[in-house]
Amino acid sequence: MSFEVSHTLMTVALAALLIGGLAGVLGSFLVLRGQSLLGDVISHAALPGVVAGFLMSGSRSFVAILLGALVAGALAGLSVQLLRRGAGLKSDAALGVVLSLFFAAGVVLYSVAQGRPGAAGLQVFLFGQAASVLRSDVVAMAVVAALVLGVIVALWKEFQLISFDPEGARAAGLPVERLETLLSVLVAVAIVLGLALAGVVLMVAMLIAPAVAARQWVNRLGPMVVLAAVFGAGSGMAGAVLSALGTGVATGPVMVLVASSVVAVSLVLAPGRGVLARLAMDRRARRSLHRRQVLEVMAGLSAEHANPAYRSEETMLDAYLGTPARPVLQRLEREGLIRQVPHGPEGRAHWELTDEGQAGDRA
Amino acid sequence: MAALHEPHIACHIEDLTVSYQERPVLWDIDLDIPPGVMAAIVGPNGAGKSTLIKAVLGLVRPVAGHVRLFGLPIAAARRRVGYVPQRQSVDWDFPATVLDVVLMGLYGQLGWLRRPGRTERARAMAALAQVGLEDYARRQISQLSGGQQQRTFIARALVQEADLYFLDEPMAGVDAVTEAAIVALLKAQRDAGKTVVVVHHDLQTVARYFDWLVMLNQRIIAQGPVSQVYTPENLRAAYGGQLALIGTLDAQADKAP
Repeated sequence: MSFEVSHTLMTVALAALLIGGLAGVLGSFLVLRGQSLLGDVISHAALPGVVAGFLMSGSRSFVAILLGALVAGALAGLSVQLLRRGAGLKSDAALGVVLSLFFAAGVVLYSVAQGRPGAAGLQVFLFGQAASVLRSDVVAMAVVAALVLGVIVALWKEFQLISFDPEGARAAGLPVERLETLLSVLVAVAIVLGLALAGVVLMVAMLIAPAVAARQWVNRLGPMVVLAAVFGAGSGMAGAVLSALGTGVATGPVMVLVASSVVAVSLVLAPGRGVLARLAMDRRARRSLHRRQVLEVMAGLSAEHANPAYRSEETMLDAYLGTPARPVLQRLEREGLIRQVPHGPEGRAHWELTDEGQAGDRA
Repeated sequence: MAALHEPHIACHIEDLTVSYQERPVLWDIDLDIPPGVMAAIVGPNGAGKSTLIKAVLGLVRPVAGHVRLFGLPIAAARRRVGYVPQRQSVDWDFPATVLDVVLMGLYGQLGWLRRPGRTERARAMAALAQVGLEDYARRQISQLSGGQQQRTFIARALVQEADLYFLDEPMAGVDAVTEAAIVALLKAQRDAGKTVVVVHHDLQTVARYFDWLVMLNQRIIAQGPVSQVYTPENLRAAYGGQLALIGTLDAQADKAP
C-alpha cells in the first residue's frame, strides 16, 4: 500500500516538475513580451478542444483530448492575430473577445457532453487532477518537453531579439511573424501538456508566476529563464505532493498557490527590485538628504552670525527640516561632525559644528 | 542575380508612396542620397520622417514605388545597412546587459544556430569603446541614462560595420554633451566613407551638423547639399504656418554657409 502511494506520488511529482519547468521557460518569454494574457487565452480556449476531442473519440483518450486542445488553442492564438492585424483591434480587446468566445463554446460543449458515459473524467481538465496522470503519460510529456526546450535553445538568440526589439529584429532580416507564431505554438504545447495537472482555468498562472518571480532576482535573460524553470518545477512538484496528501484535492489550485507564494516572497525580498530593497533605498536616500540639509543649515547659520562655532537651537533645526532633527543630529554626533552644547537661560539643547564639521565634509 | 539599379547611389527611392489605412503618409517620394554624406531628414511632426526610414528598411510596406540601397533591394542589402530606432521603441527594463544589446547587432550576420563567441564579443567591445561605454559593458540596461541608452543603440548599429546607417532621432532627449559626442561619432563614420542618414528635429543645428539635407512634408520639399537646400523659402514650404520662429530662422539661414 505505502509502496503504491509513493509510486503514484513519484509519477505525479515527476509530471508536475516537468510541466512547471517547461511553463516557467515559456512564460518568461510571454512576460517579457507583455503577452501574459495570451497564455490565458490559449489555455481557456483549450476547453472546447478538450471536449471536442472527447466527443469525437468517444472516450477519454488522452491523445485525442490533447490533440483537440492543441488545435483549439492554436485556433485561438490565430484568431487573436487576425483580430489585431486584420480588424485593427487593440491587443487587450482581441484577447478578451477570443478568450470569452472559446471558453463559452467550451462550457456549452461541456454541458452537452455530460450525458455521455465517461464524461465525469472531463472535470479533470477544468482544475487539474494530478492522480489522473499515468506513468506512460509522463514519458510522453518528457519527450515533448525535451523537444520544446530543444527548439528554444536552437532559436535562443532569435527569441531574445524578437522579445527585446521586434522592429530591430525585422530590420536585421529575421522572419519575426513566423518566429512569433512558433513561440505561440510552443506556449500552446506547454499549456496542453499541463492541462491534466493544472486545468484550463489556472494553467496561465504556471506560465506567468515563475517568470515574474525569477525576473525579481536576476538581470539577464539566460539566468531568468533558468530560474523561472527552477521556480516552476519546484512549485509544480510541491503543489502535486501537497495536494496528494489530502484526498480529492485538485492539484492545479495547490500548484498555483505555491507558485504565488514564491512570487509574493520574490516581490518583497528580492535584492534591488524587491519592495524591501526599494524601501531601504528610499530610507538611505532620505537619511543622506537630511544629513546634508542639517549640515548646510548649521553652516549657513554660522556664516550668518560670523561665528564658525555658532550654537544652533535644536527646535530651530526641527523647523528647518520640517521633522524632528534629533535622529539626524545623533548620527552626525556619532560621526563627530557636530556636538551638543547646553546654552541659554533654560539650558535648551543646542548644537555646534565641530572642527571637522566646519571643515565642510558634507558629501 | 538581377541587374543593379542605380548602384552608385547609397539610397535611391523612386515613386515611394505609403499610406496607413486610407490616409497617405508619404506621397510620391523621389529621393537620392549619394554615398559618403551625412544627411538629415527634417520636417514637421507627421511629415512621415520615421515612416520614410521604415519604408526604406522594409518595416512598413509601401503602396507603390521602389527602394534600392547600393543598387540592391533591401532584402539583399541588409548586411550593409545599420538601423538605430527611436530609443523609446523598446522596454529598457528587459533583462540584458549593455554588451548583450550590442551583440544583438550581430545576430543578423551570424545566421541561424550560430551563437556569438569570442570574436563577436571583441567586436561588440570595440563598438562600445567607440561610443565611450566600454566601462558599462556589464551594466544592466535599466540603469542607463537616456544618453547612455542612445549610445548603446548606436553601438549596436556600429558593430555591424555597415556602409549605410539610418538613425531615427538619435539626438532626442539627450544632453548637450552626449549630442556633441554622437555628432562627432557620426561625422567620423562619414569621414571613413560611410553614409549616415539621420531623422533630425532641431532646425537650429542642421547646418552645423550635416552636409546633405532632405526636407519632407509627406512629399519631398527639397533635397541636396545643405547650403543649397537650407533656405527660408524651403523652410516655409516645409513647415508653413507651423513655424512660429520663422523670423529667427530666416536670419540663421542667411548666415548658413
